[in-house]
Amino acid sequence: MISLDAVRVSYGQVTALDGVTEEVADGEWLGLIGPNGAGKTTLLRAVARLASYRGHITICGQQVTRMPRRRLARMIAYVPQQPQLPPDMRVGDYVLLGRTPHIGYLRIETDSDRSVCAALLERMALSQMAGRALHTLSGGELQRLVLARALAQEAPILLLDEPTSALDLGRRVDALELIDELRRERSLTVLSAVHDLTLAGQFADRLLLMDRGRVAAAGPPASVLREEVLARHFGPGVQVLTTDTGDLAVISRRHDRSGAA
Amino acid sequence: MTAAADGTAGPPATASSPLTAGPAGPARAATDLAASPAARSAAGTDHAPAPPPPRPAGADPAAPPRAALDRIRPGRAIAVATGLLVIAMIIGVSVGPAALSLLVIAETLLAKLPWHPAMSVPSLDSAIIWQIRLPRVVLGALVGAMLAGGGAAYQGVFRNPLADPYLLGVAAGGGLGATIVIVTGGSPGLLPPAAFAGAVCAVALTYMLGAGPGRDGEPSGSGAATASIVLAGVAVAALLTAVQTYLQQQHAQTLQVVYSWILGELSLASWSDVTLILPYAVICAVLLISHRRLLDVLRVGEIEAGSLGVDVARLRLIVVLAATLGTAAAVAVSGLIGFVGIIVPHTVRLTAGASYRIVLPVSMIGGAAFLVLADVAARTVQAPAEVPIGVITAAAGAPFFLFVLRSRRTRRDLS
Repeated sequence: MISLDAVRVSYGQVTALDGVTEEVADGEWLGLIGPNGAGKTTLLRAVARLASYRGHITICGQQVTRMPRRRLARMIAYVPQQPQLPPDMRVGDYVLLGRTPHIGYLRIETDSDRSVCAALLERMALSQMAGRALHTLSGGELQRLVLARALAQEAPILLLDEPTSALDLGRRVDALELIDELRRERSLTVLSAVHDLTLAGQFADRLLLMDRGRVAAAGPPASVLREEVLARHFGPGVQVLTTDTGDLAVISRRHDRSGAA
Repeated sequence: MTAAADGTAGPPATASSPLTAGPAGPARAATDLAASPAARSAAGTDHAPAPPPPRPAGADPAAPPRAALDRIRPGRAIAVATGLLVIAMIIGVSVGPAALSLLVIAETLLAKLPWHPAMSVPSLDSAIIWQIRLPRVVLGALVGAMLAGGGAAYQGVFRNPLADPYLLGVAAGGGLGATIVIVTGGSPGLLPPAAFAGAVCAVALTYMLGAGPGRDGEPSGSGAATASIVLAGVAVAALLTAVQTYLQQQHAQTLQVVYSWILGELSLASWSDVTLILPYAVICAVLLISHRRLLDVLRVGEIEAGSLGVDVARLRLIVVLAATLGTAAAVAVSGLIGFVGIIVPHTVRLTAGASYRIVLPVSMIGGAAFLVLADVAARTVQAPAEVPIGVITAAAGAPFFLFVLRSRRTRRDLS
């Protein structure tokens, strides 16, 4: 269980997180939504101890700040919004980087590390590409590859910052379906920032709507994806429709054009 | 952090062992991936189903293609570079005003062994080889290895393809130290220690000024810290160069000596120089090569390396310390030899591979070979006069590097 208690992060004069208190249950998929600058990325970074914060963040009762960095990396895998992908690095070597928290300082990968990564490449349907350079992969393949590296950490918690932002609509659903399958297979707890409110509602168990560093609303998708709630934070043009399969679709109306021409 | 502390903490109970057969097995994987688009179509999601992801045609699921996951083996590149180094050293010892045959060289070296066969090497030849040429060749090799290895390490730790081992002020500090000795009429024996001290002090100053505590909330190990160290290096180098230039102008009569030191030279090489820098060279080489995997992790950026459990600040400090010891030792005995630290590592990247498991050892060996050959050119093209070796490294290295760069221009990343 991840527990945040009055977590504050400020960058100089700017407060990016302003007292966030929240609990995430084991195995839960918590979707972070909110307008740009709401603090979604900062929240993920604070949990991964990549931003210094005030307040308390605990994982299974242990303070994140007290954990050695390597041990934390065995509990939390973090995928940034735009992972750095050295174009000439090979796919296999990239996935092996995920084993870093399991490899002693100044040591190199063992056969068991390679087995873990080979199985993951197989799972992600990337085995045939293991010897290729990263710049030869498509966006969807890179996305699966980045996930494979994160899973190679064998951490029970997966933090994803906009995991689908670089993909087209079809690949977005594919990617999120894959994440959903993986988290069920491996009992992962997932925290992900998702820009697309419709997709966030379809996949997350619970949504956390953030605005200006604070939690504006939290709960199951149906309770958060309501026009009157969203309008306060995304502007008045938001419309929530219910599809015939029962999914909530969030779309935006164009601005009032009655005055034009 | 200690290994013991790490070893005691496993993932919490929620972590199933995800990779032990079961549902994560390959057969299940293919089914899942193939089934999911169809399942979504059936559920009425209105987008065209994605084509099924590529499946390993005919691959044995029990033995996924492992070749690409095998250890990166720099063996072949190291062997080629070592071969080059041996050839370069033989050329270095045999070429000179007095032509020496390979046989004489071999006999001279054998004669230094404790139980050697009786041989009759002329004492003059033996002296030329043992007292003049060999120390110079060995010193050149050590200096080349330190400069190229230091350059490769700096490029890795600062993630900047233009970083060279002089980035943080080694050159300016070493130059100032040497200039102070020269203008104050100190004995030539004081030059190396003064240059070494100047170089190390300059980098220490840069590091203290540049690597202060991060700003509030700044991600630990963010690129901001790296940039601030590099900028501090620029400022420190400018300051020390200003002082050095001022001293030089105030003592115009020593201009020639200072200038030739700055251009770099190996002409006064002796075994004492070799023994002076050997300990630093060993420390530098061992430290850098043992951090090769962590430098590879750093290729995905400081934030991601941090999220993988790497203490980026500590890694940077150790690598900079190691590279500085090596470079400062090289500067102390040879002055400022430019360009080696940039072209050798990049030539290795472009021809042998970009992993630091290849780049670090092969750059060191290749840098050694390159500098030995450059020194041969420096003392032969205008014999009996010597051309400054820094002129040769740039004049020969730049066109060669441009050739390699253009012939491999499809490779997109140099960092």
